[in-house]
Amino acid sequence: MDFFSVKNLTKRFGGLVAVNDLSFTVKKGEIFSIIGPNGAGKTTVFNCISGIYRPERGEVAFEGNQLLGLKPHQIAAKGIARTFQNLELFPMMSTMENIMLGRHIHMKSGLLAGAFMFGRRFRAAQEEVANREAVEKIIDLLDLQAVRDRFAGYLPYGRQKLVELARALALTPKLLLLDEPFAGMNREERQDLYFWLQDIQAELDITIIMIEHDLQMVTGLSDRILVIDFGKKIIEDVPEKVTAHPEVLKAYMGESA
Amino acid sequence: MFTQLIITGISIGSLYALMALAMSIIYKTSHTPNFAQGEMAMISTFVAFALQTTYQFPLGIALLGALLFSLILGVVIEFCFLRRAKNPTIVDLIVMTIGIQLIIQGIAGWKWGAEQKDFPFLDLDSQLVHFGDVVISHLNILTIGTSLVLMLLLYLFFQHTRMGTAMRATQQNEVAAKINGIRVNRIKAFTWGISSFVGAVAGLFFAPISTLDPYLMWEPLIKGFAAAVLGGMTSLGGAVLGGYLLGIIENLFGAYISLEFKSTVAFVIIVLVLWFRPSGLFAKHYQRKV
Repeated sequence: MDFFSVKNLTKRFGGLVAVNDLSFTVKKGEIFSIIGPNGAGKTTVFNCISGIYRPERGEVAFEGNQLLGLKPHQIAAKGIARTFQNLELFPMMSTMENIMLGRHIHMKSGLLAGAFMFGRRFRAAQEEVANREAVEKIIDLLDLQAVRDRFAGYLPYGRQKLVELARALALTPKLLLLDEPFAGMNREERQDLYFWLQDIQAELDITIIMIEHDLQMVTGLSDRILVIDFGKKIIEDVPEKVTAHPEVLKAYMGESA
Repeated sequence: MFTQLIITGISIGSLYALMALAMSIIYKTSHTPNFAQGEMAMISTFVAFALQTTYQFPLGIALLGALLFSLILGVVIEFCFLRRAKNPTIVDLIVMTIGIQLIIQGIAGWKWGAEQKDFPFLDLDSQLVHFGDVVISHLNILTIGTSLVLMLLLYLFFQHTRMGTAMRATQQNEVAAKINGIRVNRIKAFTWGISSFVGAVAGLFFAPISTLDPYLMWEPLIKGFAAAVLGGMTSLGGAVLGGYLLGIIENLFGAYISLEFKSTVAFVIIVLVLWFRPSGLFAKHYQRKV
């Protein structure tokens, strides 16, 4: 059984076939990147996986469970978190609150248990403490101390991206989908993120699927790469093989290469 | 005289504030200007009336029953009507809530008749407290007190509970709420329930100073709407302040300028706000960067 697999996925928008009979598998613990030109259907694949779109055909299996047909909140509960290309934050909430919302699926106590929480021995209190501790660790990891109480919507772009990543990590996912994590970041931020993603993969034991245009980051980080164009697979292989593929060379180095 | 006007203004203003709050809560989450808000409150008030007079329940039970009814009514309306609409425009939503308004009015008229009834659920309007030359009725005190307590509870609910936080999250970004495991549909239904509850409280306090009939809440609805616009439609604190302000302004206008045109003050305020500060007096607006 594969850790995560997509089989024969097809998604149409009217006459446009955004994803065309696409299949790939991701092994547990790897960083798997999806690259391809703009409009190739990369984000559509993510939206199908996380339940925002309903594909016409295909299968998405995660740890042996079929994901297609599930609602986004059910997919989150299976341990799949994601970030977005255009940042989907809660702009009028603090960094801390944004990350806490990532813990939503881990909060079980209802209104009454929460209201009658006298002292730390109560279950609701223990849950709250555990959630806060998890969030603090993530804030430390991504160096967000300085902005923890500021509204997320007013942070600099690079920080906003980190808050979104932090929120995704707060879900303690088994699988993390990152949509262009490096886009719009400056050189220093990219450098930091590069190492953090390695830490996230290695130390937090999270499998990552990443859409990214920056080929340097992609080849440096990825265990394997999937190249798609017009929603179809060009190649799925290790970075050395992928960068040597003629169509990839053509797309990234220009016609003459 | 002036202090007296301010105090009765605050009393009626707290009902406008509750109506404005109810409408803003729904508008923030469902982006629906809910014109059925008044009728939802009206029929809940009728339920209290029926429980007390027809079924002879004690007052406390009747009030609790009506509030429970209002909560369920809100959830049912969201579930049966709003949720069924596929990608509705704002006009579709307005037409839909006006439809719901007419349906509820029809049901209330058919069940209880259109003639005006007294519902002095507490005979408090005639019991007065004197502070120097200022006179306050027990009903005024209870109205102001209850609405303040309710607002405080709502604030705590939105800021400090899991469900309240999930509601704010849904208001700010539905997609993000979904992928973080929040059941957005359910949150919306609960939002309608809570909003309906808040409106029903306003209805219960408005009935004793008015007369109970299917058009009970028409005026408070329009006033509440004006107060919500004044507050910016998306700011709950703004809606509350807008309600109090409108109550006071209206009262002062009625006393010093013209009693005949007292009720039109609300419309003048809507127009003025839309001219000079269309985002409302108190709205915080976040412009999404592209």
